[in-house]
Amino acid sequence: MIPAAAVPAVYTPPAIDYVAIAPMLIVFTGAVVCVLVEAFAPRRLRHTIEFAISMVSLVAALGVLLVMGPSIRTMTLGGAVVMDGPAVIMQTIIVLLGGLSLVIMVERFRGRVADAFTPSGASIPGSSDEAVAERLGTTTEVFPLALFAIGGMMIFPASGDLLTMFVALEVLSMPLYVLTALARRRRLLSQEAALKYFLLGSFSSAFFLFGAALLYGFAGSVNLGTIAAALPVVNGKEGLLAAGTFMLLVGLLFKVGAVPFHSWTPDVYQGAPTPVTGFMAACTKAAAFGALLRLAYVGIAGARWDWEVIVWVIAALTMIVGSFLSVTQTDIKRLLAYSSVAHAGFILVGLIAFDRSGVSAVTFYVAAYGFATIAAFGLVMLVRSGGSEATHLGQWAGLGKQSPVVAGAMAVLLLAFAGIPLTSGFTAKFAVFAAAVGHAGAAGAVLAVIGVLCSAITAFVYFRIVVLMFFSERTDDSVGVLNPSVGTSAAIGLGVLATVLLGVVPAPLLAMAADSAQFLR
Amino acid sequence: MSQTSLMAAFPWLTTIGLIPLVGAVALVLMGRSPAGRTVALGFSVATLLASIAAALQFQPGASAQFQLAEQHDWIPQFGVSYALGVDGMALAMILMSTILVPVCLLAAWNDIPEGGRRQNTYFAWMLLLETMMIGVFAATDVFLFYVFFEAMLVPVYFLIGSYGGVRRHAAAMKFLLFSLAGGLVMLVAVIALYFQGPGGNTGFLVDNLTGLSIDPMTQKWLFAGFFIAFAIKAPMWPVHTWLPDAAEQSRPATAVLLVGVLDKVGTYGMIRFCLQLFPDASQWATPVVIVLALISIVYGGLVAIGQQDMMRLIAYTSISHFGFIVLGIFALTHISNAGSVLYMLNHGFSTAALFLLAGMLIQRRGSAQISAYGGWQRVAPVLAGCFLVASLSGLALPGLGSFVSEFLVMMGTFQRYPWVAAISSTGILLAALYMLLLYQRIFTGPRPGTQVVTVNGAPKILDSEGDSDLEYADPAIDPLSRADDIESAWGEDGRRRGPIADLTGRERWVVAPLIVLFLVLGFYPKVALDVINPAVSQTLQHVGVTDPAPAVGAVNGSAK
Repeated sequence: MIPAAAVPAVYTPPAIDYVAIAPMLIVFTGAVVCVLVEAFAPRRLRHTIEFAISMVSLVAALGVLLVMGPSIRTMTLGGAVVMDGPAVIMQTIIVLLGGLSLVIMVERFRGRVADAFTPSGASIPGSSDEAVAERLGTTTEVFPLALFAIGGMMIFPASGDLLTMFVALEVLSMPLYVLTALARRRRLLSQEAALKYFLLGSFSSAFFLFGAALLYGFAGSVNLGTIAAALPVVNGKEGLLAAGTFMLLVGLLFKVGAVPFHSWTPDVYQGAPTPVTGFMAACTKAAAFGALLRLAYVGIAGARWDWEVIVWVIAALTMIVGSFLSVTQTDIKRLLAYSSVAHAGFILVGLIAFDRSGVSAVTFYVAAYGFATIAAFGLVMLVRSGGSEATHLGQWAGLGKQSPVVAGAMAVLLLAFAGIPLTSGFTAKFAVFAAAVGHAGAAGAVLAVIGVLCSAITAFVYFRIVVLMFFSERTDDSVGVLNPSVGTSAAIGLGVLATVLLGVVPAPLLAMAADSAQFLR
Repeated sequence: MSQTSLMAAFPWLTTIGLIPLVGAVALVLMGRSPAGRTVALGFSVATLLASIAAALQFQPGASAQFQLAEQHDWIPQFGVSYALGVDGMALAMILMSTILVPVCLLAAWNDIPEGGRRQNTYFAWMLLLETMMIGVFAATDVFLFYVFFEAMLVPVYFLIGSYGGVRRHAAAMKFLLFSLAGGLVMLVAVIALYFQGPGGNTGFLVDNLTGLSIDPMTQKWLFAGFFIAFAIKAPMWPVHTWLPDAAEQSRPATAVLLVGVLDKVGTYGMIRFCLQLFPDASQWATPVVIVLALISIVYGGLVAIGQQDMMRLIAYTSISHFGFIVLGIFALTHISNAGSVLYMLNHGFSTAALFLLAGMLIQRRGSAQISAYGGWQRVAPVLAGCFLVASLSGLALPGLGSFVSEFLVMMGTFQRYPWVAAISSTGILLAALYMLLLYQRIFTGPRPGTQVVTVNGAPKILDSEGDSDLEYADPAIDPLSRADDIESAWGEDGRRRGPIADLTGRERWVVAPLIVLFLVLGFYPKVALDVINPAVSQTLQHVGVTDPAPAVGAVNGSAK
């Protein structure tokens, strides 16, 4: 017999603070409306209409976050969604970066449809189906997919319980798997990447879900606050706690691309359409680090003596493997992929501070990295050889003479990735290393030393590209640079500008991040 | 009185730093305009005049460590201020930089023969570098210093990598990696230093970090973090290997700024940060540092003798001289420290003269190999004379600036470590060897590959093979103005195309100020020592050492 007393007699629906969840609602509404447009609007109008809807919903969400954000500090939906400082600022970053990447993603280069995507992902490459789709099809499903992904990314760092976090993880991942498969050129590579991403991503989701179940077994709840409260009082279930914690970390560290869960990164970054890669690198990282911060600082912070050593080792490995493997790359997209792995390691160094300065450092880092990386992949998209992207490093030789603006912008971004002062990369690295040295004791200092040494290695990689662009002679005459539309130019320009501004006058964003560093528990 | 305070409140240092930055931006905006280099020279001269005006506001005896101070919040979250200020040492370094930059720009006048955008970019990088150099010496906030320290790598990297010799890519990369590795290790020390201090919004000010009581173990680690970066920059044996490559592959003007000014940031940093912030650790490290300095002195001198390439040779002499400077700093006596700071100044000018004159030789002959020369004093007597003066300054002949500083360093060192001073004197011997041998191999001997015969009263130049393609050196054309048109007097086949010209008017303007400075600092070093001495006293006060008795009163300019 089931004890009846355990089930409440009356179901009271949880209170909903609509203002707090308005940004997410707006983005999801935009996504759903885009799906309707897909169904009912004529083909030739879809791109324009959906572009307008996407931009309006993202700008509206951003507006709500900027205007109302500082005053929203609430738990709503029965504790499933927590809109506190870190959640609000992460959502702001995700919406802003997501909007920028969406603009670049749907660049048409004066064509009929978005240039980076195939109109028919399911057709066999080289078949007559594909030719028909090329002639008649559209690529507008990109808009709802991107909006759903952005929506999921927004919920991810605002999840108050592990189930919401899992749902958010799936909502953000599924559209990304599809987007990865939709590259218009080198379609086999793209489909292979999508399959890898999907399989490994499903594994990691399963790990996460299993971890959530184990923690439910430990604490009797999936709510992060309840789990935190159970840590000091529950005895005899340490096995569940340890295994659950480890599996949750695996799920999230997979999404940030930390070693040893990074092996998907180079293949997926290379295979996905280039602007989608920029979107994944910037926004997924922001969302996943937001979620990781909440899990680590709110949910299982009380037991951190048991698991933080794992994160130390993973942070060190991520920095070392990411930097060393980026040295050997010959493809710019794979190189940026390994660079993103190394950056994930640097961010983890800030995370292990377990201090408010760690939260604001991570926030600043994902914003700085996001602006730079979206612009960088946007520039990669412009460099073409015979219609497809010239991603081999050798093809970038002498680009400085051919297109000083593109090469100059890329050089600024590379300096930022290398962490040269007066760029955002330096400020960000300083923030994470300072948090670690100041608040994580000897381990923090050791990780900071490893971090700076790895920075020197990656600097070699980035400066090698500068050498190629500016000091080498052209070797491939077929390489040219496309002229992007005003929107794409503005988005890339904004990324470069933010990279410089966050290096020269970082105080406003740092102040904002510091004010938003307090979690609601 | 009110006017004085108004003058002092004017942001002099920001102004000096901004002028070349504005010039660099203007140059980039000028695109292909041929007037670019004139504009660049104008901006650098304006910077020089502004820095002289600022120096006139400086009061050598004032009690505050830093004068002409400016301070604003920059990144309060990190404790970083935009704080500038100078003591005598920093002022001397800034003046040296602002003097050397116009000289270098003038020397680099024809470095980019194709002109256009590439030429303007070249001069823009130099002006940007000047901004960074002024910033690094003027910063009184450790973080701000670090920002300039690292950011100045970028202009140098492009100056070497984009405009240098055949193996420029490798040299630029080697320079960058050495500097970055040192700089990034220093970054950890910079971060950790902040947490040792009072913290807060201005926690990175040098004033707030001076006189802390840091636990000895931590202090040693922090000292090591800073010292390694400065030793690479200086550069000292065994982390010197990037310098000869970088100097060999750079344009002479770039080499001057690199070796003459940038490397001084290393020795400057040792005094400003290692000694002042970590006094106990500095004394603890003294034996090791002094041994390294001695090795640098002897090793640099020995290797210099064996060099075949002029630029590499001069680079190795610098390693030897930097050994002297570091020795003086870590001997920790007043005289040796004053000598070191003065040496930094003198070395800047004499290395500049050597590099630039070597550049003029290379421009005429098309080769940096010493063996390609010989007998040039017969064809270019003014060039030879100037080179001789610069060499003599390099080997510290009495009456020229370097002598005073080298003497002070050795005298100061002798007070504390007589044996060290004795060993370091071998450096003087080696200097005489490498300098005079260099002069002998380039300038003495028979006339280079040609002979002049007089036919009907007009000089004719004859090939060594004596074949018949006689060339007339037209006396109607001023040979000085002609030389600008001559890229290299030698053709691809190694045969002469025209007469070797002596120094042109422009080149004389490049060399003249440097020789004047040799003489001024040689005969009347008081003008510099009066500014340097109070700064040295303050630093040594922070270290907490006193000179061993008996103190010798020779510092006050009577060393000659």
